[in-house]
Amino acid sequence: MTRKQKRLAMIGAIGGVLLSAVLLVMFALRDEIVFFYSPTDIIVEQKARPGERFRLGGLVKEGTIERNGQEILFTITDTEKDLPVRFVGILPDLFREGQGVIAEGVMESGALFAADNVLAKHDENYMPKEVADTLKEKGVWQGEAK
Amino acid sequence: MIAELGHYALVLALLLALVQGSFPIFGAKAGDEKLMALGQSTAFGSFLFIALSFAALTHAYVISDFSLQNVWENSHSAKPMLYKITGVWGNHEGSMLLWILILSFFGALVAWFGTTLPSDLRANVLGVQAWIVIAFLLFILLTSNPFNRLTPAPFEGNDLNPILQDIGLAIHPPMLYLGYVGFSVTFSFAVAAMISGRIDAAWARWVRPWALTAWIFLTAGISMGSYWAYYELGWGGWWFWDPVENASFIPWLVGTALLHSALVMEKREALKIWTILLAIITFSMALLGTFLVRSGVLTSVHSFANDPERGVFILMILLVFIGGSLTLFAIRAPSLKAGGLFQPISREGALVFNNVFLATAAATVLTGTLYPLVVEAISGEKISVGPPFFNITFGPLMVPLLMLIPLGPLLSWKRADLYPAMQRLYWVAGLALLAAILVLAFTEDQPVLASIGIGLAVWCMLGAFAEIVSRAGFFKNSATIAFARLRGLPRTMWGTAFGHFGMGVLLLGVVAVTAFEKESVAELAPGETMEIGEYQLRFDGLLPVTGPNFSENIATVQVIKEGSRPFVLKPSKRFYQARQMPTTEAAIESIGFSQLYLSLGDVSREGKVVLRAWWKPAIILIWLGTIFMVLGGSISLSDRRLRVGVAKASKARLEAQTANA
Repeated sequence: MTRKQKRLAMIGAIGGVLLSAVLLVMFALRDEIVFFYSPTDIIVEQKARPGERFRLGGLVKEGTIERNGQEILFTITDTEKDLPVRFVGILPDLFREGQGVIAEGVMESGALFAADNVLAKHDENYMPKEVADTLKEKGVWQGEAK
Repeated sequence: MIAELGHYALVLALLLALVQGSFPIFGAKAGDEKLMALGQSTAFGSFLFIALSFAALTHAYVISDFSLQNVWENSHSAKPMLYKITGVWGNHEGSMLLWILILSFFGALVAWFGTTLPSDLRANVLGVQAWIVIAFLLFILLTSNPFNRLTPAPFEGNDLNPILQDIGLAIHPPMLYLGYVGFSVTFSFAVAAMISGRIDAAWARWVRPWALTAWIFLTAGISMGSYWAYYELGWGGWWFWDPVENASFIPWLVGTALLHSALVMEKREALKIWTILLAIITFSMALLGTFLVRSGVLTSVHSFANDPERGVFILMILLVFIGGSLTLFAIRAPSLKAGGLFQPISREGALVFNNVFLATAAATVLTGTLYPLVVEAISGEKISVGPPFFNITFGPLMVPLLMLIPLGPLLSWKRADLYPAMQRLYWVAGLALLAAILVLAFTEDQPVLASIGIGLAVWCMLGAFAEIVSRAGFFKNSATIAFARLRGLPRTMWGTAFGHFGMGVLLLGVVAVTAFEKESVAELAPGETMEIGEYQLRFDGLLPVTGPNFSENIATVQVIKEGSRPFVLKPSKRFYQARQMPTTEAAIESIGFSQLYLSLGDVSREGKVVLRAWWKPAIILIWLGTIFMVLGGSISLSDRRLRVGVAKASKARLEAQTANA
């Protein structure tokens, strides 16, 4: 091989790897990202496509936690709209009434969110950032979490 | 009083760092040996004062001095002594102090071990190192002072976040920081080389031990963090593609690339520009990681406090260092002469291949980590990029890289033939294929991907030793001769073999646990049983216990398997009074390389518990693999220190002396 051919081969190979990586990233970013919605986004603005996987964030509404064996029913609220959630499994340690949480899953019927993952972070003052922002928008934000 | 001394020591360290960051560099420019020599004494001095300051903070934690705001927020008098000490870095201010302690420690190490370096290079390296120290000392003193007092002093502290009260926290952050910050040395070397304009094979030889040291600690730190998350969080996962994990993983990927490209530069004087760039990027990524974690733009277990002022400060540091070094790079790079030429199929070619894939993989992980921030900044929409993204993008990029691991070391420098190299891998390929077929034959639903994965892992593990086997001539000579030859092989070769072997072991663990994991959840009353894999779990009841600063509900679970002796596992739920915070303590039993993992869920009023059980086949291999990698790195390091570095340096000096004479 001449020097020029060698260089072309190198550049071609490197370009090929980069191109395939870019394609993979674009493909994955189209299909594998998860949006974050509040109950209002879902109920009023109907932002989620049918069957779309998304993250639902808000506060666990007081007095709505119902345990039925491993199945747990509760309601996530952004203080304007409420959305009931069904979850099977073990809830995070800090899951409790009034706590800011994020549930990930899909809408099961028109009015029930089937979560397969519930996040409540590991700090008693913790408020998921998305939830805090939503609450600030709704004007019911209480104080600065530490 | 001691706390004030600690604060004062930090200020003194800053002054010394200012001297260290200016005079030696002027000295190097002017050729003044005395000014250059200032670099060493000030490097020792600033390390000493930062260490004093760290000791002062530790002292405040040990005696539970709640008049310090930092101690009050993060400690409690009833906390066990070990966690009082580890609590020093279990918070934002303290962990930044640890960061800078390690940073100045590396500066002192360079001053100590750098006696064989040309004095102008050493002066410049120490000078650049000092700039980083200055930036972070200012950050601590201006925004994150751990020595702030409270009046009146509170009676009792707030306690440390319970999930951080763990032996894992004692070791994981210092390890990780040794890795992160260790790459500051390679960065300083790169910038220093660009200042002086002299970049050659000798430079790579001096840099490689530092890059290797940092890499060893970073590997160990990430591995330990992964194990800590696995057993402490009670979710049974070992890697979450959490932004903070990514923040440590990106420097690891780039740092691994740097290790390999520095090899080419040292041996063949090629890839100079690229190696310098990698050295800059690696530390930039470590800084970016610090920014992401410390600024609170990402929320995670690791972000202790969200203070926008701090975020902006670190962002400034980031911009100055990355921007500055890249500008210098842009000015200097065109003047660098390309070194040794090579054919695409050669050792150099293989290492370029390695670098392309590692750098691309790092870029995809970076994209996935920053994408949510960018989208939110542009459109205000909130999204999250989870494991599926990384599995799709990162996974395929790793496969070709892993496939070439055994081949690379068998290729000769400059120009190589593929065929003889492949010939030496026939036995490896045969065994890897056999492993894949065995997996297909002995599992129920023929998992094709898993069998390919396991074949690939075996290929890496055995292939890692192909170079050694063929060098010793195991298939040609008698065993005695072969074993005798083994001893004569250089240690770096063993280091490479163990490092690559570890990669294969890790992959084996990842594939096994991903493909064959079993999981089960059940609600059990006392006496009831559930099944997980071949095991039967019988819940025997709950026992309340009181610990030093928590109360605990311990479940007794009898584990029964036909034909082997039953044993008891005790998963529990703890409640830490001071923070009003519950935690889950998983119970884990290792059986061979596999683990049975029990996590306790909610306890109902009737005394029923929810129990979540996992069977994790071969999961220990994941961390065992990293141990092999660390071992390989250490073997390699011992080789260079004892032979190459010292011998070459003194020979060079002898030559210089004779030339002068």
